[in-house]
Amino acid sequence: MSAVADSLQEVHAERIATTPRLAILPALNEEGSVGQVVAEIRAFDPGFEILVIDDGSTDATADEARRAGSRVVRLPYNVGIGGAVQTGYQYARDHGFQIAVQIDGDGQHDPRELKQLLEPIARGTADMVVGSRFLGEQLYRAPFARRLGIRVLSAVVSLIIRQRMTDPTSGFRAVNRKGIVLFADSYPHDYPEAEANVLAARHRLTLVEVPVAMRTRAAGRSSITVVRSLYYMIKVSLALFVSVFRRYPALEDR
Amino acid sequence: MTPLRISIVAAVAAVIVLVVVFELIRSRRLQERYALLWLLTGLVIFVLAVWRGLLGWMAGLVGIAYPPSALFVLASIFILIVLLHYSTVISELSERNLALAQRLALLEQELKEIGEARRGDPRS
Repeated sequence: MSAVADSLQEVHAERIATTPRLAILPALNEEGSVGQVVAEIRAFDPGFEILVIDDGSTDATADEARRAGSRVVRLPYNVGIGGAVQTGYQYARDHGFQIAVQIDGDGQHDPRELKQLLEPIARGTADMVVGSRFLGEQLYRAPFARRLGIRVLSAVVSLIIRQRMTDPTSGFRAVNRKGIVLFADSYPHDYPEAEANVLAARHRLTLVEVPVAMRTRAAGRSSITVVRSLYYMIKVSLALFVSVFRRYPALEDR
Repeated sequence: MTPLRISIVAAVAAVIVLVVVFELIRSRRLQERYALLWLLTGLVIFVLAVWRGLLGWMAGLVGIAYPPSALFVLASIFILIVLLHYSTVISELSERNLALAQRLALLEQELKEIGEARRGDPRS
């Protein structure tokens, strides 16, 4: 790395440090991990306001999050990941945040990777940055069926947005104000990640994928089962297919 | 064998169902999750309308002498399934509606008390 590159990095870091930024953590029964994730975000960058969206947990998720120093929004009942995340973007929109990052409350996303996620936004080269498990070093090994499913979705999403997306189901991402306003306004309901990428791209937001390492879950269990996976693939395929025939207006800056 | 005219009418009807459902999803008046059963219904009716041998075989299997009746029976079964599905959806909605009303009432009461406490406080 040259000195010029280093100083550029510093400029970007400074730009981020002066920008109001929110970390959105959707969490459902993650009392075992959410506190640690909140602590890790604060350690990475104390300037982040952290908002845990408790999607109807029946355990102490909200208490643990508050104890770790996060604001908590408790949904009155389980609305699903899409609705939960959208609540976070609405908070970001209503409180004037310029950057929002989305991190799972289960601990599989390492907050230290936020550095890579935020860089293109600080530089102004992307409106939305998605952390990919499949770019760069292949540390992540998913079970075969899931890998296949992701492959298929990756091909479909890439085809629709005419840009290579290696990890369309990743829920680890950062957006600027444009992305915040878009997602606050419209966000897919269940299993939203792949559709959200298409939504953003079709609204002419600039998408960038960056390689990130992901951890295995710290606690709790993934909510994915065989029947659900099947429903997931059918539902998402249908939604992606229909999206091809929709019109998406370009966004004005708000 | 199913009369050709019935097959054609059934196939056209199924295609109309599929197109209408698609357009409803596209214009965001129907969510994908509530469209899946309709799409399945349309697809099954379409396949059986076009593949007349399969319809005849299925009718024979359950002892229906006139194959087009089997088409009707099947369509009715699907409509029943869709209706039953909606009953569960309505139940869930009413449950959530109740939860929202309760939460709202409790929040309103709390907000009112906070407001009153503030008004009673001369410093504010």
